[in-house]
Amino acid sequence: MKLFSMTKTIFKTLGRGPSTIRYPKEPAKRYEGTRGQVEIKIEDCIFCGLCSMHCPSDAITVDKPVKIWTIDRFRCISCNSCVEACPKNCLCLNNVYHEPVLNGPLTESFTGSAEPAEVSSEN
Amino acid sequence: MSRRIVVPFGPQHPVLPEPIHLDLVLEDEHVIEAIPSIGYVHRGLEKLVEKRDFKDFVYIAERICGICSFIHSVGYCQGIENIMDIEVPKRAQYLRTIWSEYSRLHSHLLWLGLFADSMGFENLFMNSWRIREKILDAMEETTGGRVIQGSCKVGGVRRDISDSKLKDMVKDLDILSSDIEDLCHVFFDDDTVIHRTKGVGVISKEAAYSLGAVGPTARGSGVSTDIRKTGYVAYADLDFSPVVETGGDCYARCAVRARELLQSVDIIKQAVDAVPSGDIDVKVKGNPDGEYFSRVEQPRGECLHYIKANGKKNILRERVRTPTTANIPALVKMLGGCEMADVPVIVLSIDPCIGCAER
Repeated sequence: MKLFSMTKTIFKTLGRGPSTIRYPKEPAKRYEGTRGQVEIKIEDCIFCGLCSMHCPSDAITVDKPVKIWTIDRFRCISCNSCVEACPKNCLCLNNVYHEPVLNGPLTESFTGSAEPAEVSSEN
Repeated sequence: MSRRIVVPFGPQHPVLPEPIHLDLVLEDEHVIEAIPSIGYVHRGLEKLVEKRDFKDFVYIAERICGICSFIHSVGYCQGIENIMDIEVPKRAQYLRTIWSEYSRLHSHLLWLGLFADSMGFENLFMNSWRIREKILDAMEETTGGRVIQGSCKVGGVRRDISDSKLKDMVKDLDILSSDIEDLCHVFFDDDTVIHRTKGVGVISKEAAYSLGAVGPTARGSGVSTDIRKTGYVAYADLDFSPVVETGGDCYARCAVRARELLQSVDIIKQAVDAVPSGDIDVKVKGNPDGEYFSRVEQPRGECLHYIKANGKKNILRERVRTPTTANIPALVKMLGGCEMADVPVIVLSIDPCIGCAER
């Protein structure tokens, strides 16, 4: 039997079907608590710069005089550090990964003003 | 006497998951001597400790290794907590234990797969990784990250697991352990595995001890060493004994890891039964001042975190001694006298993680 020790596993596997997902045809696995990307409610932001100070990968830059909050999505490691540091709770981490892109850098800037938040992306 | 030649092995080699370079001095097909060299993936993570707040360095500490990341963060946080005399809540200690054991399960299943791949047993490799995926799913669901958990912090843990979720995790593990047992039987009994591993890369108990081998490499040679027995986090409250094999060959090291899978499942069950309710973290005030050697048992063996702080928010020095560094002298000893074709299996049998050895 020693030569056929895999037989039981093979029969089990045959009955079960594939263990892999046909992504992107089927959506990827995602849980409620999965760490995805950082989102900002820019209207609540006071541009204190604590998020940028606590970012381990220097992905966030905050320009207080012109009220621009910028994140480099390629540098961000989704660690939740900025979300914990934010005194106004305007940052949160969603559970969606960024769509694949062909070239970088992938920076997103948010401007805090009376108008609706303007989103610009350069890639 | 035949002519001696030197064959370079690695850093890029189909069987190697990580870049280690070996100069193999061969006489015909016999390896006379192996000269290792590392230094291909140095990232300078230890130096970053001087630039980061000590609380934020946890994120970097756990990125030292992509496989035993959670246990690195436990080692670092434990060091800071000891310097600052912080009493971590019991529930946080138990959660750290549960996640540490999940890390061990995922690391050992990954290794068993790679080991099967190194001897050309692709089917077994796929099966090990299929089981590992379930472990990673449980990690992602409870911590938010598949391999970088990010749930440990100075003073406790970031996320709690509800009691009902803990029960579900144990139920899933019960189902999974029958799969793990089937997998272990293949590693223990299959002729292919036995032919490729038994009597290969033998290291005696005395040599393993004197060369400072740690973890499954030492335990496979009969040295009963396990840092978990020192009782850090919640291990003091749990009942287990180190898994020891006496063969000293690749088969014994493989058997240690296969048996540790079932041991980890047992430890998780004990921890879930005993987990107390309460807070999961305490507030950390002030800065650390002092030095501490923090010891943790990683899937590969003992890992040391040395931390020296001077009362400022940036730590003066952090030094990590990873298990792979300790196991390289033992690897060189094992390689002397082996056959060229057995080199991949022997190198894999210490579970080299060069990424964390160089940091």
